[in-house]
Amino acid sequence: MSDTSINAEMEARRVSRREFIKRVIASGAVASSASFVMGGLAGCSPRPGTVAGSVERLISLNVNGQLRRVDVLPQETLAMTLRYKLGLTGTKLSCDRAECGACTVMIEGTTYYSCSTLTHSVRNRKVTTIEGLRGPNGELHPVQQAFVDELGPQCGFCTPGQVVAAVALLQKNPRPTREEARHAMSGNLCRCGAYDNYLNAIMRAAGNTAEIHHGA
Amino acid sequence: MLRDMMPLFDLYQPDTLDNALDLADRLGPEGWLVAGGQDSWDWLKNRTRRTRAVVDLSGIAELKGVRETDGGIQIGALTTLTDVQDDPLVRERYGLLATAAGRVASPQIRNAGTLGGNLCQDTRCWYYRGGVDCYRAGGNMCYADTPEGQNREHAVFGASRCVAVTPSDTANALTALDASMVIRSKGGERVVPAARFFVGPDVNIQRMTVIEPGEILTAVRIPGTWAKSAFYFEKVADRAAWDFALLSLSVALKMEGETIRDARLVCGAAACVPWRLEAAESAIIGKTRNDDDIERAAVAAVEGAQPLNFNGFKIPLLSNLVRRAIKGAGGAST
Repeated sequence: MSDTSINAEMEARRVSRREFIKRVIASGAVASSASFVMGGLAGCSPRPGTVAGSVERLISLNVNGQLRRVDVLPQETLAMTLRYKLGLTGTKLSCDRAECGACTVMIEGTTYYSCSTLTHSVRNRKVTTIEGLRGPNGELHPVQQAFVDELGPQCGFCTPGQVVAAVALLQKNPRPTREEARHAMSGNLCRCGAYDNYLNAIMRAAGNTAEIHHGA
Repeated sequence: MLRDMMPLFDLYQPDTLDNALDLADRLGPEGWLVAGGQDSWDWLKNRTRRTRAVVDLSGIAELKGVRETDGGIQIGALTTLTDVQDDPLVRERYGLLATAAGRVASPQIRNAGTLGGNLCQDTRCWYYRGGVDCYRAGGNMCYADTPEGQNREHAVFGASRCVAVTPSDTANALTALDASMVIRSKGGERVVPAARFFVGPDVNIQRMTVIEPGEILTAVRIPGTWAKSAFYFEKVADRAAWDFALLSLSVALKMEGETIRDARLVCGAAACVPWRLEAAESAIIGKTRNDDDIERAAVAAVEGAQPLNFNGFKIPLLSNLVRRAIKGAGGAST
């Protein structure tokens, strides 16, 4: 599908680009787009004769409380699976080298870089992404609301990772000091440098208003 | 569009050590052993290395956790750095190691990265990591030790053709604590003291440790010798998170009243192996922490240091760290 026809189709259906991409992933179009995404593997993905003892490719993943069946390559990272197989594009891929934090997800309540986690290693474990933090009626998680109230994000690209890291912190330590939060959030970069806004948001979410610092 | 994938490999996920040893034996040099993967995936994504097969050790429960042994503790090699840092036994007796583990990389990397992986990781020399044909990669030159070579991070001690340094924060802490490494293979077990586990380029220019293909580091044993000593750990790096050390120093002092009865000073990122500062230790053993002897130790620590073009700063930095450490070494939690 060329760019022009995508634009025409979006125009015809009056949907946002994000929604359109999500629908494409969710629909049968995934089969053709998968070979595009995994382009480096052309010709070697359906391997002739799997080596005995090696992993099965069709696995079940527990993501945001749902059991999802998905075909996963042996070398596939969780960030790839979430974004391009399950349509959960809230998890961002930025450095793809465990050096920025944009892809942060929770596995059994602990934060990991999904770009540096093999999908096959999270079978039977509960994965929570930014999409899994919303309330039953789609309302924002209190930490997300605090991020909004404190104008946390600037460009917003690192925000899903920052929110997941903050939620994991508050689950373990509901009343962190600003310094503890700074330390806990040290695995998430923000190129806009909105660190103080994020820390203010975490202090707000934790009810620690004394440590909300609005600049001079 | 978008991101690249790692090249295809066969993935094995053994859930017992015996299965892992079978696989390591069968695959030999063709099987890449992965613990937390926080370094391994980068090598494969960057295509500076390729592998036919990966053995993912992260599901082997018997290699995780801390337990008490006769007089000391044993830490499973797959215990994450976060779990090492938070473990009550480690904190109570070996605060040095807890502090060092807590200074590795970033929280998410410590959640995935393991103690064994941190000890076995390869050097960060960027020429080597960039995939050039240097000595360490099997070639016949060192690109870091040339007139224009960028060697701010490189060795001031023990260089032999290759000038790369150990990147591990926990390696020097464990060397200071006289730890031993338990290494298993299908043929049996050997226990190697930390002082011999790490190898410099004079011993083997293509490896950082004594581990052979087919072997797996299964545990780290720490004897009671240095439990609850006065400890000090400091890591100097350009950034507070993620970054590797420009220099780090682990110190354990056994105090008897005001007198230093025994001492261990081991620095990281100064040589290819954790570098023990024996001359500095001798300068303070049997002494009190007085300025004259601390000064003697600070001078002795850098004797024989050989700076490259851009890493001369490591020499006064090491002296300063030694001064600070001896004065500052404190109780169980440093």
